[in-house]
Amino acid sequence: MKTMDSQKQRLLDLSKQALDEAKKLGASDAAVGISTGDGLSVDVRMAEIDKLEYYRDQGLGVTVYFGQRQGASSTSDLSEGAIRDAVKAACNIAKYTSEDDCLGLADADLMATDIPDFDLYHPWDLTAEQAIEQAIACENSAREFDPRITNSDGASVSTYSGISSYANTNGFADVRASSSHSLSCSVIANEADGGGMQRDHWYTSSRFSDQLDSAASVGRRAAEETLSRLGARKLTSRQAPVLYMPQYASGLLGHFTSAISGGSLYRKASFLVDSIDTKVFPDFVNLYERPYIYQGNSSSAYDAEGVATQDRDFVKDGIVQSYILGSYSARKLGLKTTGNSGGLRNFTADSTGQNFDEMLKLMDTGLLVTGLIGSGINGITGDYSRGAVGFWVEGGVIQYPVEEITIAGNLKDMFSNIAAIGNDRDERLSTRTGSILVEQMMISGE
Amino acid sequence: MNLMDVAEATLLTPYDLDTNKLDRVFDALVGPSTDLADLYFQSKRSEGWNLEDGIIKSGSYSISQGVGVRAVSGEKSGFAYSDDIGLDALLASAKSASAISKAGQNGRVNAWKRQSAFDARYTAHSPLDSLTEVEKIELLRLADTTARAASPYVEQVMANIVATHEVVLVADHNGHLSADVRPLVRMGVTVIIEKDGKRESAGSGGGGRFGLDYFTQADRVKGYVDEAVRQALMKLEAVDAPMGEQTVVLGNGWPGVLLHEAVGHGLEGDFNRKGTSAFSGRIGEQVASKGVTVVDNGTMQDRRGSLTVDDEGVQTQCTTLIEDGILKGYMQDKMNAGLMGVASTGNGRRESYDSLPMPRMTNTYMLAGERDPQEIIESVENGLYAVNFGGGQVDITSGKFVFAASEAYLIENGKVTRPVKGATLIGNGPEIMNRISMIGNDLELDPGVGVCGKSGQSVPVGVGQPTLKIDGMTVGGTAG
Repeated sequence: MKTMDSQKQRLLDLSKQALDEAKKLGASDAAVGISTGDGLSVDVRMAEIDKLEYYRDQGLGVTVYFGQRQGASSTSDLSEGAIRDAVKAACNIAKYTSEDDCLGLADADLMATDIPDFDLYHPWDLTAEQAIEQAIACENSAREFDPRITNSDGASVSTYSGISSYANTNGFADVRASSSHSLSCSVIANEADGGGMQRDHWYTSSRFSDQLDSAASVGRRAAEETLSRLGARKLTSRQAPVLYMPQYASGLLGHFTSAISGGSLYRKASFLVDSIDTKVFPDFVNLYERPYIYQGNSSSAYDAEGVATQDRDFVKDGIVQSYILGSYSARKLGLKTTGNSGGLRNFTADSTGQNFDEMLKLMDTGLLVTGLIGSGINGITGDYSRGAVGFWVEGGVIQYPVEEITIAGNLKDMFSNIAAIGNDRDERLSTRTGSILVEQMMISGE
Repeated sequence: MNLMDVAEATLLTPYDLDTNKLDRVFDALVGPSTDLADLYFQSKRSEGWNLEDGIIKSGSYSISQGVGVRAVSGEKSGFAYSDDIGLDALLASAKSASAISKAGQNGRVNAWKRQSAFDARYTAHSPLDSLTEVEKIELLRLADTTARAASPYVEQVMANIVATHEVVLVADHNGHLSADVRPLVRMGVTVIIEKDGKRESAGSGGGGRFGLDYFTQADRVKGYVDEAVRQALMKLEAVDAPMGEQTVVLGNGWPGVLLHEAVGHGLEGDFNRKGTSAFSGRIGEQVASKGVTVVDNGTMQDRRGSLTVDDEGVQTQCTTLIEDGILKGYMQDKMNAGLMGVASTGNGRRESYDSLPMPRMTNTYMLAGERDPQEIIESVENGLYAVNFGGGQVDITSGKFVFAASEAYLIENGKVTRPVKGATLIGNGPEIMNRISMIGNDLELDPGVGVCGKSGQSVPVGVGQPTLKIDGMTVGGTAG
């Protein structure tokens, strides 16, 4: 077993080899990312092992620049010869790509220099036997919860830890480690008098194995979720308020962040082109990122180009403050990168203070969405239409499960019709938001 | 060179491996309770080029290779893989994978037998070498100039080509060695148009298992461009889609994604072995309207979803899933077939050496009926005519599925009238299959761009169908 320090040093050495090789072949600049990791995943089903999988991943990706021309390549083989071949392949590609003024590394003075340890690496010393035992305990807890739980899709325990590096010819080089662990369970319930099968699941995940919920509680929750789906019916078509559970609220905010992302904006493939300083949400909505949270789900001091990240407001008092840019899209738009190449870091929505029950009361009568399927979203017009499952709510109280319906609207209207954001944050998600209540949507059913 | 020679020269010889050494790996892998064990060697090279803003913006090349080692005992699978193909790495993976059954020392008994007599479903030539680099980027430039000439409203053109060449060798515990060499190419064109301050976008493309020279023939690039521009312009005129239950006529070809979601996934062997599919235990029952026959056919020449042998070394076949409305069979890989007491249907597929195989679709389509498509539309007083779709998704247990119409029209008094905005269609697979009331005579397969995802693994697939009439399906529009 190699020590962490020597593994990190190996990635830095390989990075240097790749960058040197690129320079030797005439590249004016280059960047290289390498990742390695290993893990274990156990699936059990009906109290027996279903799958036992050992992961061992590695990969290297290199981008080379010849002035304003670019080439890229990747390899799963980290031997010296394979890296040399990969760099050569990238350089060959760059012979045929076009000059593009906006291409190139991010500016050298933007590189992160102060890189704190966010404490994101906590491997789980888990044997296959222990993993199997936990998974079986989890599934048993679900299956024994109620006789209507008649079948199982199984329970799974998985652990993964890895290190990844990024380096470029601007002198930036860093390597970091992270871990992730999870426990999940999915079971099937059957009503005795027909009515069909329903399946649902529950999971827990964390970078710290000791912060996972217990196997028994995950199983129990999976059973409860599944049983609550029994007897689901369709609704007649209507207009009604819709309350998105945090997991789906996070997706709703994702449609906003993708609409203010550089790639959509410079292609004018967004319904929020030229939206800086415009009001997209009600006054109480504040959306921001906080990359420097200790032990945060997606904390990082630098983005995918080595640019230092910073605390940044995207929406303040309902008004758009900033786009989400990497250096390429920033140059295309004549702006500066926001250090968001590769995404957002601990993206957060302020709550309006209600807990989940208060959110239900606030909605009074409407649809609680607990699942969405399909991808009916037009990013250019904001038109939105998706399949949904959930519960019909009256007087702030859940009445019965519903399924085989769609919810539709236009995202611009939906954003401005947000009535409240709950404080019922789902800590498993990288987007930090509670449930979101949208005042009026079209529900299509029978 | 035959396929086996190519595979051995690519995946065994350079790593100093031969059948004697594979025997040592199986000695470590196979125990008394092992029902199935295999080694999956794979080498994959791919290349992609992108055009945007009229320039060749980026290109990329990737190489991945490795070996997946599996041991199956009853319903249990043990699996490990390595990016390193050498004997030591293989022995280490075999030790990990064998942990699910009583360890090792049983080995194999049969002599090695090389399977090589299969009819290849595609060329073995590498599509990466099928055109020169200059010719490849010329294809993309042609898409750009053609699109800009096609309409003054075209603002942005994005085009890409991807070519992949894969060499696979499967060695199993029965001593069978199987090989496959698979080309795969795909071209996509997306346009963004702007007219009177309104913007829309649409895409088109095609591909299959052949060389990139396919795109230089028969005005194919122009075909993709014209299709993308036509769809984008149509969307500009679209009115709000209706909501609620409607009679829906689905166009031929790509709308076959309906079958893929509504019945395809539900007929995969693993879900049915576990009894978790809405179709479980229903073989021999009427699950669709009379006249509905659905097959999964991995043997079609040059098709995107086709395979000469699957990823377990089993020759592909044309499997009848539903015949005249009666459920006939499931799609199987070796493990699920064994547990259900049937034979593999050659549907054992995996995304790569680092993932376990599962029963997956190849080219799944409905056979043609006898109706003239025009007659089908004329039979509808008011409804929706949906001809193009984005993605779909299904919950195989409840049977509920969705798919998003990207091009659809109102049918009013038996005539196709105004285009409507994209809307999600939702239904219950078994129910919808029984509401098919008319089947067109115009079976067509998709142009070769389908990707199917299951348990985190993506594989290329084909879909297809004739024009179909469905008596009632929920349309997720906003117009009351």
